[in-house]
Amino acid sequence: MTERRTRPRLNLCRHEDRLLRYRQMNRSYTDETVLVTGLRDGDEAAYEYLVREHGGRLLSVIRRILRNEDESADALQDTFIAAFKNIDRFEGAAKLTTWLHQIAVNAALMKLRKKRNIHERSVEDLLPQFLDDGHRADVGPTWTLTADQVAEQAELTGVVHEQIAALPDQYREVIVLRDIEQVSTDEAAQVLNITPGALKVRLHRARQALRKLLEPHMAGEKSA
Amino acid sequence: MIKKCKKCIEFLADYLEGELPEDQAAEFEMHLNLCPPCREYLNSYRETIKLTRKCMCDHPEHEDDCKSPPQMPESLVQAIIKACKSKDE
Repeated sequence: MTERRTRPRLNLCRHEDRLLRYRQMNRSYTDETVLVTGLRDGDEAAYEYLVREHGGRLLSVIRRILRNEDESADALQDTFIAAFKNIDRFEGAAKLTTWLHQIAVNAALMKLRKKRNIHERSVEDLLPQFLDDGHRADVGPTWTLTADQVAEQAELTGVVHEQIAALPDQYREVIVLRDIEQVSTDEAAQVLNITPGALKVRLHRARQALRKLLEPHMAGEKSA
Repeated sequence: MIKKCKKCIEFLADYLEGELPEDQAAEFEMHLNLCPPCREYLNSYRETIKLTRKCMCDHPEHEDDCKSPPQMPESLVQAIIKACKSKDE
């Protein structure tokens, strides 16, 4: 049986107290298992440690997607609320930082979808089409822009965010875990509670759909 | 034998992960040599993965590529703690 810690009472009014307590927290919560246990126990000090330790990095990721301070603050708040609410589902398959990061990216993309009124796209419509003889029926334009060139242009980076946001949840989540977080196939499968085989199939379809969505922007017309 | 684009595209992810058996990988590459559209598809598929990664590069595991994270305003820290507490109650 897990021993329940006494919840420390924090005086959030005094800055000195806050810093002192935070330094004390740091000593125990650097151990992820102790931190997760604290979060599961509803330990306020663990909550605060998590917010202070990871908030800056998560805010940076969210700002990159939303480019708006107020919306980013909202998305960060949503991220921590979702994390605290779902901490019992965190099974340690991925690191806590990775788990938090994927919640933040998904929260930001969902806010972006709402803000820009981006409609979810059906993946079926975005997969490659084939002729009866097995050859491609829909050969598109050659990609003349590279990922490096696109990443340097804020406008095109925004397009990439929007197209990822347009993917249905289950496909967006697998892209976030495997291609953004670079979590292993087995870890991602555990996080999503599916088999590694199913994860591979879903990831391949998600990448193909995203490739199709990005295609009109990669032919280089905008760089001319 | 990978003769058709459909089969080639089906194996693409495993090929990029280095998970295709040696003989299938050789057949895959043979098909690519003969099929410019599949070569182009492979290139764009690979760029899609790179693009996704590059456009979201802020990650704790890849700090070399990213700027250091911003300090969170104290007011935001307090607002989040308060919001989380009120949701918990």
